[in-house]
Amino acid sequence: MNRLLDFLSRENSSGAARKLVKSVGVSVAAFSIFLMLWSALAAQVQTSLGVLPGPAKVWEQAIVLVDEHKVERGKEAAFMARQEVRNAEKLAKNPDAEVKIRPYTGKATFFDQILTSLLTVATGFLIASLVAIPIGIATGMSQTLYAAFNPIIQLFKPVSPLAWLPIVTMVVSAVYVSKDPLFAKSFLTSAITVTLCCLWPTIINTAVGVSSVDKDLLNVGRVLRLPWLTRTIKIVLPSSIPMMFTGLRLSLGIGWMVLIAAEMLAQNPGLGKFVWDEFQNGSSNSLARIMVAVLVIGLLGFALDRGMLMLQRKFSWDKSAALR
Amino acid sequence: MTTQTHLELTSVSIDFPTDHGPFRALDNVNLKINQGEFISLIGHSGCGKSTVLNIVAGLHRATEGGAILNGKEVTEPGPERAVVFQNHSLLPWLSAYENIELGVKQVFRGKKSKTEMREWIEHNLDLVHMTHARDKRPDELSGGMKQRVGIARALAMQPEVLLMDEPFGALDALTRAHLQDSLMEIHAALGNTVIMITHDVDEAVLLSDRIVMMTNGPAATIGEVLHIELERPRERLVLADDLQYNHYRSEVLKFLYERQKRPGESNESPETNSTCADNSATEEQSEKAPEITELRVVSG
Repeated sequence: MNRLLDFLSRENSSGAARKLVKSVGVSVAAFSIFLMLWSALAAQVQTSLGVLPGPAKVWEQAIVLVDEHKVERGKEAAFMARQEVRNAEKLAKNPDAEVKIRPYTGKATFFDQILTSLLTVATGFLIASLVAIPIGIATGMSQTLYAAFNPIIQLFKPVSPLAWLPIVTMVVSAVYVSKDPLFAKSFLTSAITVTLCCLWPTIINTAVGVSSVDKDLLNVGRVLRLPWLTRTIKIVLPSSIPMMFTGLRLSLGIGWMVLIAAEMLAQNPGLGKFVWDEFQNGSSNSLARIMVAVLVIGLLGFALDRGMLMLQRKFSWDKSAALR
Repeated sequence: MTTQTHLELTSVSIDFPTDHGPFRALDNVNLKINQGEFISLIGHSGCGKSTVLNIVAGLHRATEGGAILNGKEVTEPGPERAVVFQNHSLLPWLSAYENIELGVKQVFRGKKSKTEMREWIEHNLDLVHMTHARDKRPDELSGGMKQRVGIARALAMQPEVLLMDEPFGALDALTRAHLQDSLMEIHAALGNTVIMITHDVDEAVLLSDRIVMMTNGPAATIGEVLHIELERPRERLVLADDLQYNHYRSEVLKFLYERQKRPGESNESPETNSTCADNSATEEQSEKAPEITELRVVSG
C-alpha cells in the first residue's frame, strides 16, 4: 500500500503506474508458475502416505484446520458452560461448598500452536536483545572488553543451538523448580534455546556498528568537548543503530528457524510439535497438513522480518535501509 | 590588519609511529597568524596540511613545538577552534537546526537562555542562507547546503579561529563559487581568524590574506608565504582580469609545479632550514611591492 501511494504521489504517474503493474504482474506470474509446477510435480511422487499433496489438497487441509480450531473452541465453551451450571447447582444446594474451576484440557489446535511458537520466539528474542545490545555496545566501545568477549563469542557463535537443547532442558529442569510455575518448563527451554542463537548476530553487529562510527563525527564531539555520556548518547549510539537493527533482524530470522527445529526435537508445544505429530500420525492427510504448517511458518517468518523492518524504519535515521 | 600575534605555531614537528620507526610528517613549522587574518594552506597531497590544521584544532599533538592561541598552548580540541570538516560531518539523524543546536547547547550552557540559544542558532542559519532548510536532515540537502550548515555549526560555536579542511573540495565549481562568496561575506562581517586548507589556487588567492605554501613530505614544512594584497571586498569577475591577481596565481602555480614537484617525481631535495621567516617586519614594506619581497625562494 505504501509503495502504491509512493508511486501515485509522484508526478507523471503513468510511467510509475506501469512500473507498479509490471512488478505486481511479474510476482503474480511467478507465483502462478510455482503453483502449477508444484501441482504437476507433486502428483508424480508416490509416498507411503499417498501422493504428495498439491496446492488444492493443501488448501483443503488449511480449511479443515480452521474448522477443527472452531470445533475445539466450541467444545471448550460448552465445557465451561457445563462447569458453570454444575457449580451454580452446587452453590444453590450448599452455599459453603468448595467450587473448583477446572481449565479445559482439550488438545491444542493448529492456531494454539502458532500462538505458542510466536510467544516463545518473542520471549527468546527479547531476552537475547536485552542481553546482546548492552554487551555489543560495551565491546564496541572498549578494546579491552572486546578482547575479553571475542574468544567466547567466536567459540559459541558457530554452535548449533540444537546442541544446547539437552543441556538447556536439564538445567531448566534442575533450576526452575516451582510448585506453581509461571511458565511451563518446555516454554522456557524453547525460549532459552532461541535466546542462545539470537545473541551472537546482535552482539557482533552492534559491536561493529559502535566501533566503526565515522571518525569525523567523533571529532565533532571532541571539538565540542562533549562529555563522555553525551558523546555516547548523541553520536555513538545513533550512528550504530542501523547496524544494530541488521543484527536484530538476522537474530530474529535465525531464532524463528531454530525454534521450529527445537520444538520438533524436544516435543515442546508449538508449530514444530504440530509438524512432528502429524508426521508421527501418518494419516493420508498428514503431508498436506504439514505443508500448511510449512507455508504458515514461512509467512510468519516473513511477517516477523517485515515487522522488524518497520521498527527499523521508525527508529533508524537511515531510511535507505534495504527492503530485502 | 593588527600586528598582535593571535595564533602562533612554533617549531612544530610531528612523528607518526610506523612499523619502521617514527615517520616525520612535519618538520619545524613556524607561523604567526594575526587576529582576523585569512590564511590558506596549499600544497600537494600528503604534504601535511591537514596535520597542521589538526594540531591547531588539538586533534593531534605535535611531537615537538606546538600551537599557542592567545598565549595559551593548545593541548586539546575545543570550540574556540571550530573545525569545518571536508565531508561536512553533520550528524545524519539530526536536522540542520539540531546539528547546530548540539554545539550551541554545549558551548553556551548556562550563558544563554533557551530563547537566546534559539535566536542564535537561527541567526547562524541565516548567516549561511539556510533558514529555509532549518528542519531538513543532511540526506535531504545538497552537498553545498550541507557544507553551509557545517559552516554555520562551526560559526555558532563563536570560535576565535575557524579551521577549514578543504571545505569546498567535494563541491562542483558553481556551488563552490557561491560558498566562497558567502565565506568572504561572513569573514568580512565577523572577522574570525580563518585557516583554510585548499587545493584550489584560485580559491586561495581570492579568499586569503596570506597563502602558506607547503613543501612535499615527508618532513614537510612551510616553503613560502605569499601575501595577497588585494582590496576587499573582492569580486571574482573583476579580479579575473586583474594583473595583480593573476600574478599571485602564477606565483602559487610556480611554487606547486616548478619548485615542488609532485611527490614521486622528485628526488627529495634536502630542506635546508626552510622555515617561513618572520613576516611581520616586512609587512608595511610589502604593501607596496608584495610580489618581490614576499616571495622567498628557500629551496630548489
